[in-house]
Amino acid sequence: MSEHLPALQVVVPLLGAVLAALVRRPGPAWLITVVVSFATPVIAAMLLVQVLDGGVISYHLGGWDPSVGIEYRVDVVNALVLLLVSSVAAVIAPFARLSVLSEVPDDRVAWFYSMYLISLAGLLGIAITGDAFNAFVFLEVSSLSSYALIAMGRDRRALVAAYQYLIMGTIGASFYVIGVGLIYTMTGTLNLGLIAERIGDVESTRPVLVALAFIVVGISLKLALFPLHVWLPNAYAYAPSVATVFLAATATKVAIYLFARFVFSVFGAGFVFADLPVTEILVVLSVAAIFGASTVAIFQSDVKRMFAYSSVGQVGYITLGLSLATVTGLTGGLVHLVNHAMIKAAIFMGLGAVFYRVGKIEFDDIAGVGRRMPITMSAVVIACLSLVGVPGTAGFVSKWYLIVAAIEVGWWWLGLLIVLSSMLTVIYVGRFFECVWFREPAGEVARAGEPPLEMLVPICILAAATVYFGIDTELTAGMAERAAVALLQGVR
Amino acid sequence: MNEFVDLAGRLVSHYNQWITVFLMVSGLYIVIARGNMVKKLVGLSLFQTSVYLLYLSAGKILGGTAPILDPDFTVYSHPLPHVLILTAIVVGVATLALGLALVVRINEAYGTIEEDEIFKQDDDRA
Repeated sequence: MSEHLPALQVVVPLLGAVLAALVRRPGPAWLITVVVSFATPVIAAMLLVQVLDGGVISYHLGGWDPSVGIEYRVDVVNALVLLLVSSVAAVIAPFARLSVLSEVPDDRVAWFYSMYLISLAGLLGIAITGDAFNAFVFLEVSSLSSYALIAMGRDRRALVAAYQYLIMGTIGASFYVIGVGLIYTMTGTLNLGLIAERIGDVESTRPVLVALAFIVVGISLKLALFPLHVWLPNAYAYAPSVATVFLAATATKVAIYLFARFVFSVFGAGFVFADLPVTEILVVLSVAAIFGASTVAIFQSDVKRMFAYSSVGQVGYITLGLSLATVTGLTGGLVHLVNHAMIKAAIFMGLGAVFYRVGKIEFDDIAGVGRRMPITMSAVVIACLSLVGVPGTAGFVSKWYLIVAAIEVGWWWLGLLIVLSSMLTVIYVGRFFECVWFREPAGEVARAGEPPLEMLVPICILAAATVYFGIDTELTAGMAERAAVALLQGVR
Repeated sequence: MNEFVDLAGRLVSHYNQWITVFLMVSGLYIVIARGNMVKKLVGLSLFQTSVYLLYLSAGKILGGTAPILDPDFTVYSHPLPHVLILTAIVVGVATLALGLALVVRINEAYGTIEEDEIFKQDDDRA
């Protein structure tokens, strides 16, 4: 049983999706989602323990040798990503029932859960696979289902957002697969580990350089690196709340993992960062993302859209950490990947609860909601403080690593920029605080109350996690550092 | 003159790559330049098709047969790219189907599939 855990990690949610589609009724479909969502983190945790005990797990699908078949390969890096994605899914599952029932028409609820589980399976698949083409297939599996998830939003603008995401996402995935094709013609293999072994002989040839460019641009579209982020704000803003929570916490994060995997493990940090000016390009784009998106966030009238722009900015911090290509920088990037997933899940879940009670999410419509839903909003405030990077919260840990990493490579101005950018976060978060706490509740808000416990508890768990991981950094920063070292060493 | 013939020979002998590049660029151009959502999807499909050709070209051997085991033939195309592209075609069909389904829903919701008019309707309401 335990030797088949890598396959089960993907197969369980995939089977759950089929079951959810077959039962067609909202209640049972939700129950299946809960069972699957609670099973996946258990599997991920067992994989992580196995990796920490016995090193890298290599699983040959169907018993084929990795040179011809597909290999699932779990090391510290993707064990961490698997645990993150599946844990977020587990926290979302109990929250989802009422939120989905209120936002998605009854006859589509089962389809919603089916798409949700397929998306989960795809994301876990990208994280676990050791095969470049298999990663493309999982990328499309997770993307296609997330387009459908977004299109189930109530507002008709959700349809346009899903369509635009489909166009951009497909271009991104095609770029990725073009890059993989070029690598395949040069190395004769699709296995990431074998590519890494063979690419050294051909790394200065033009096809490999072109492949690197295609893969970097393709995945950057998926992870919403500025200026390739234009699909993200509308997609997050108009999707059903549960879909927003799930995508914001996991989809871009898994794309970042894939990016790190290719840049560090496959092409090698020495080739990408030392021989080519990738650091300079990424630093400029990341800083532009942090400042540009944060500034745009300040001027949004829709709260979900504001935090969606904030996500683009936060992705900037992560890519900034990766672009430095040092152990500290990479640790900062990876730890922020984990922390930001928790922070944004908590915030969007809180907004989902507000939407459940009030039915709207524009600033003017939710004024004073903090006085009617104090526990929910307190949890969101804690997550927001973590977003700013207040000491004692998880956000502080990641920014600390990033600033130290910037100073280590002698770029003190970059550390200064990171501190300055936190001020922008303070502004848009402050605007949100002022709106929900210091205004008089009116209209729908005046009649609102705390959401039911099954929604409240997941929000509080996530908010507590952002505080807990700000104090005890062993699991997040400790694991991220081991992952950073593993990435910088290469695959084998 | 000889250099010219050499260069021309090299260009012509890789004509499949030129077709790939042409399809890729024209597909991408249609996606960017057209405002009609169905035409955008046509461009997207063209773009994806070029990727199929890129893979298949790499697997083809001149004079090779289909990769079926037969004592009479020893030279055959590499089967792996074909298998990969079979998967990619399925992905492409799914993408196109989902895209067209979305366009149908957009047409029902907005009464148009021109991007400009859709953005205008949303701006007017906001």
